[in-house]
Amino acid sequence: MAEFTLRAGLGGGYDLNHWADIIDPENERRYRALFTGISNSIVLAAVTVGIVVLLLVPTMILVTLRFPRLVRPLELLCLVPITVPAVVLVVGLAPVYSVLASTVGTAPWTLAFAYGITVLPFAHRAVQSALGAVDVVTLSEAARSLGAGWARVVVSVIVPNIRGGVLAASVIAVAVVLGEYTIASLLNRQNLQTALVQVSKSDPYVAIIFALLALAFAFTMLFVIARAGATRTRRKRT
Amino acid sequence: MTTMTDAMTLVTAQGARGTRVEFRGVTKVYPGGSRALDGVDLVIEEGEFLALLGPSGCGKTTALRSLAGLEAVTSGAILVDGMDVAPMPANQRDMGMVFQSYSLFPHLTVVENTEFGLRMRRVGAKDRRARALEALEMVGLGHLAERYAHQLSGGQQQRVALARALVTRPRVLLLDEPLSALDAKVRVQLRDEIHRLQASLGITTVFVTHDQEEALAVADRVAVMNDGRVEQVGTPEELYRSPASAFVASFVGLSNRIPGVVSAGRVAFQGAELPVLGTATDGAAQALVRPEDILFVPAGEPGSLAGVVLASSFLGSLRRTRVQLDDGTVVTVQHDVGVAPRPGEGVGLRFRGVPVVAVAG
Repeated sequence: MAEFTLRAGLGGGYDLNHWADIIDPENERRYRALFTGISNSIVLAAVTVGIVVLLLVPTMILVTLRFPRLVRPLELLCLVPITVPAVVLVVGLAPVYSVLASTVGTAPWTLAFAYGITVLPFAHRAVQSALGAVDVVTLSEAARSLGAGWARVVVSVIVPNIRGGVLAASVIAVAVVLGEYTIASLLNRQNLQTALVQVSKSDPYVAIIFALLALAFAFTMLFVIARAGATRTRRKRT
Repeated sequence: MTTMTDAMTLVTAQGARGTRVEFRGVTKVYPGGSRALDGVDLVIEEGEFLALLGPSGCGKTTALRSLAGLEAVTSGAILVDGMDVAPMPANQRDMGMVFQSYSLFPHLTVVENTEFGLRMRRVGAKDRRARALEALEMVGLGHLAERYAHQLSGGQQQRVALARALVTRPRVLLLDEPLSALDAKVRVQLRDEIHRLQASLGITTVFVTHDQEEALAVADRVAVMNDGRVEQVGTPEELYRSPASAFVASFVGLSNRIPGVVSAGRVAFQGAELPVLGTATDGAAQALVRPEDILFVPAGEPGSLAGVVLASSFLGSLRRTRVQLDDGTVVTVQHDVGVAPRPGEGVGLRFRGVPVVAVAG
């Protein structure tokens, strides 16, 4: 892919012209859809991560601590999206989004509600394995007996001990947002992937460049997570 | 450097106080109808070390967790210094608790763990650190303050948990089988240390255990529980010498069950006759006789019972020998290691004249 982006056209040879085209002000209009798609994807990633961190994680903690009988049903519920093909999901989501359009509008970020569902199987697994690695019930009871309210128990005791799982779930959420095409396309929302397809029809070099950058971004995130995990392990072993 | 005695003196001077705890008709019924506590009435006096002893499922841990606020009671009152704490959440009860499983926060160091309760009480950072280090010195672990939980042995983790529970100067110290996960030697060491600390600090302590030796060794009084009820509360000696029920007699210490007949406050069996503890209905009964209340005498001695030795076990400071009597009854005799009967040997047995428990049947 990298070699392809450096090709100097039909004459042969290599140069950086295709990379330079991206930042050339003259091409601003030509690539506007791409930059709009990138900004939409960033917002979508942020909202989807927000759904995972602020909705899924607290729900899983609550179920583990207070309603342990619901652990299995919740796991099954979170697995459902992986069994439903994207096209079928869109057919089901279309009427929901028509209602959403009349209430919160048709802004690209609304796609995050659908992504919040598609990311559930992966994010749930990451958080569940972190919750299973520590005895959260005993830790929370110890914290309660020492005077901590429920909010402090979650923030000061449980979250620090499942930080790796939450981080992994967040990265998975970003990866899903950056990789999903079908739902965005069929619901007529513009994000990085739909923009790449659109631009690739007129300029395949730039489309490949952004695909490469997306890959590099994903690898960087994985590296950051691995580093964070390693730092924590070293700190523990000090 | 603060010495262990200094640290203990500081904690004692600054906060130790006795608190009276009373369970009044406490009942706990789980969804599904399982009755974990069935009208428990129990008083724990100021500064007392009380052990809740009983078999698995008897309700002792539920009673402790109800006092801690980790279980909601179905009915009844739990009074702490006269105030009913049953409706209060756990974090407002001011109890220090050490759990059966290791409960140190893995992401915090030993000293940060110990500080946790003080942080919740908004104690200033400097005072907090000083008090946490004092508490760690008290349990002899000041030098491990910067380590993490996974870098400590099980015994060290439980000592830190003890320091963490004591550093807030709680009204009551609750110990939920804190020694059960430790190996035998460490268990005895930590048991003695808990006993020493409790005696020094004078803090009201409730200790849950299913190990009668532990309970009898450390507690001022022991409450024996069975099926969600308190069967008997008394000093270790009272429980052992004057059990109030067949359950207490069989659960606390070893007992031989020997068939006999009760009549006029005495039980007769195997040609012997012993006074009965408490009241017993006349008729067929089983006498519960302690192994140390049976003596070896020369075979054929007048008034003795004849038997044959089945097995004899050396237990360090004493020996236990199983003897089959002529009627087939097997009894265990606890005796001095100087006497070493051999299997198959004919022996004579005699009962001490101490009162025994007699149960119908």
